[in-house]
Amino acid sequence: MATNEAQVEQDETAVSGQEVGLSHQLKQIKRDITARIGLYIVVLVTFVAGFSWFDANLGTITFGYVSDYTLAQAAPLLEHPERLPPPTDMNAHAPPAFVEGGTWEHPLGTDHEGRDYLSRIVYGTRISVMVGFAATAIGLVGGVAIGATAGYYGGRVDDLLMRFVEIIFAIPALVLIIVFTEFVSGGNPDIQYAVAGAGIASIPIFSRIMRSRVLSVREMEYIEAARSAGVKDRHIIIRHVIPNSFASVLVYATLQVGVVILLVASLSFLGYGAQPPTPDWGQMLSYAHGQMHSNPWMSVFPGLAILVTIMGFNLLGDGLQDALNPRIDN
Amino acid sequence: MSSNPLLSVEGLTVQFFTDRGTVTAVNEISFEIQEEEIVGLVGESGAGKSVASMSLLRLINGPGRIVEGEIRYKDRTLFALEEGPDGEPRKREDMLSDEEMRTEIRGNEIAVIFQDPMESLNPVYTVGNQLQEFIKLNRDISKKEARSEAIRMLREVGISDAAERYEKYPHEFSGGMRQRVLIAMALACKPNLIIADEPTTALDVTIEGQILDLVQDLQEKYGTSFLWVTHDMGVVADICEQVNVMYLGNIVEQAPVDDIFYNTKHLYTDALLDSMPRPDRTVERLKAIKGVMPSAIDPPEGCPFHTRCPDARQVCEQTHPDLRDVSDDANIIHRSACLKHDIFNVNYEGSLPMTDETKRQANTSAGTTSVNETGADR
Repeated sequence: MATNEAQVEQDETAVSGQEVGLSHQLKQIKRDITARIGLYIVVLVTFVAGFSWFDANLGTITFGYVSDYTLAQAAPLLEHPERLPPPTDMNAHAPPAFVEGGTWEHPLGTDHEGRDYLSRIVYGTRISVMVGFAATAIGLVGGVAIGATAGYYGGRVDDLLMRFVEIIFAIPALVLIIVFTEFVSGGNPDIQYAVAGAGIASIPIFSRIMRSRVLSVREMEYIEAARSAGVKDRHIIIRHVIPNSFASVLVYATLQVGVVILLVASLSFLGYGAQPPTPDWGQMLSYAHGQMHSNPWMSVFPGLAILVTIMGFNLLGDGLQDALNPRIDN
Repeated sequence: MSSNPLLSVEGLTVQFFTDRGTVTAVNEISFEIQEEEIVGLVGESGAGKSVASMSLLRLINGPGRIVEGEIRYKDRTLFALEEGPDGEPRKREDMLSDEEMRTEIRGNEIAVIFQDPMESLNPVYTVGNQLQEFIKLNRDISKKEARSEAIRMLREVGISDAAERYEKYPHEFSGGMRQRVLIAMALACKPNLIIADEPTTALDVTIEGQILDLVQDLQEKYGTSFLWVTHDMGVVADICEQVNVMYLGNIVEQAPVDDIFYNTKHLYTDALLDSMPRPDRTVERLKAIKGVMPSAIDPPEGCPFHTRCPDARQVCEQTHPDLRDVSDDANIIHRSACLKHDIFNVNYEGSLPMTDETKRQANTSAGTTSVNETGADR
């Protein structure tokens, strides 16, 4: 074998340090200004959602600190904001600070119950981000499983699964989710049903993307090699097919987060999502649209919050798509 | 030949049922592989070599199906049909189930080395990870043992710094190195038979030489048998002991390697040999075989090669020759499917030669659209 090793020395024209993988894509995103803005927005929104505790009922904005309560007392209440006692100062419909009559105590004013509007919007971030991630995760897991199975086995399995998925696809998302919510919740719609519905409504698009990728990946020789080595189909799908088809699905998931946030906000607006007093943006808009003439800013701020958040996810998703497309090299 | 071959194939027929018609990719072929023997399966693109070799593992995807034949490995039946009560063929009782094929035969007893080393490794895992996983799956040992076994195998196929290279990704390996990894993978579970599906076609000639040397070394060391699928007569001359020449799904000549080269008994093999340079012959110009292989959807009548055969006679158009022993030497079995030989007794000499005109007609009627090999294969 000694001769062989000598030969291998010459044979070793191995290319190392090639730019591949996630780190390379992240580098490309750094160079792409719009994608970078998107990334910053997403990071900011996620940070606000994850690391801020707010007293949505009291008059003050407090990062991690609640004025009238100790944190220990407030923490359980924050999980159930509806249990908080009514505000001490009834200051309903106060205008924002920069409008005549507003004070900096309530920078964005208060709502009809006298609750600080900024606190509610910031609290709403948490709900929106959780909604976006949870619903997308449901769609992603369901879609990847269905798409990978359909694409890998092909034939009748493919037909059956994809026709089922197309049935879901054919029904308008809002109608589907409203009917689903009504059924599952027994007439008491709430945010978790809306999230589950939005997740299910996202399954078809993920299935289709996954399937189309799998159709090309399954022809790769390493799949054939694994089969000829006696590897189980399930194992091949999980170990070989999914990891090699996942990139484009992941990009789409970023875009989908924005889409489902909007979808659930629409549901809340229509009364099929978050219920009062949950400070959800869509639900806030639902009340605010009746106040368009007397208190127009009540619609503006939650609307802006939705706009910025969704834009963030979309910009990031677009950037990721470009970064993954080998034909576009920045 | 010895009465107890490692693998024997009898009358294997594989058909693809497509929208355009039934394609007989492999037509009643029979061959044997002895212990510790390297057997070549040679032919042009589209001859059915890959389909034939993959059907040994029953890895033919729809719309393809093995419709006839018997495949025996040692004392086990990989494939066999019998006539059911309704007259339809059904699986014979002793045929291994899909589960048994997967767990007991594939990888453990019969392994495969594929053509393209660039694509046969999964790009998202390290080479070591894949090798280790493969060993663990087939040999039922702990992860740690599998790892050290994997490193040992890498060293065995001549990869220096095996422990370090274990952590590298496939794209960090050159083509030759990857092919070594694949050989390590195939050998890892100590199979008795390795199907090598054109493993050196994608490599350049120097690397090809190294790989062939390596295979011969390892073959001697482990006593593994090989079924070597290739279109390269040079490779065949280098390593094979027994050769099967395929044309349009049929085996047209079957003989020990020396007889194939020096005592050729089929005009197609002759033409193949004429189209490659040989150290023992000096020619002005190499002769390419005229035309393309006819479509397997609508194969020519009679001898499948008659549309391109220089010595075709009218009888060739009418009679389909089977494979018969035409050897002059009683010790050697040399089978050929050419009507020229007396044993066929079809009055070849008395038949009129086919003119170019009639040949062209036959050619057109058979439809010269060649079937894309890889397309039909998988």
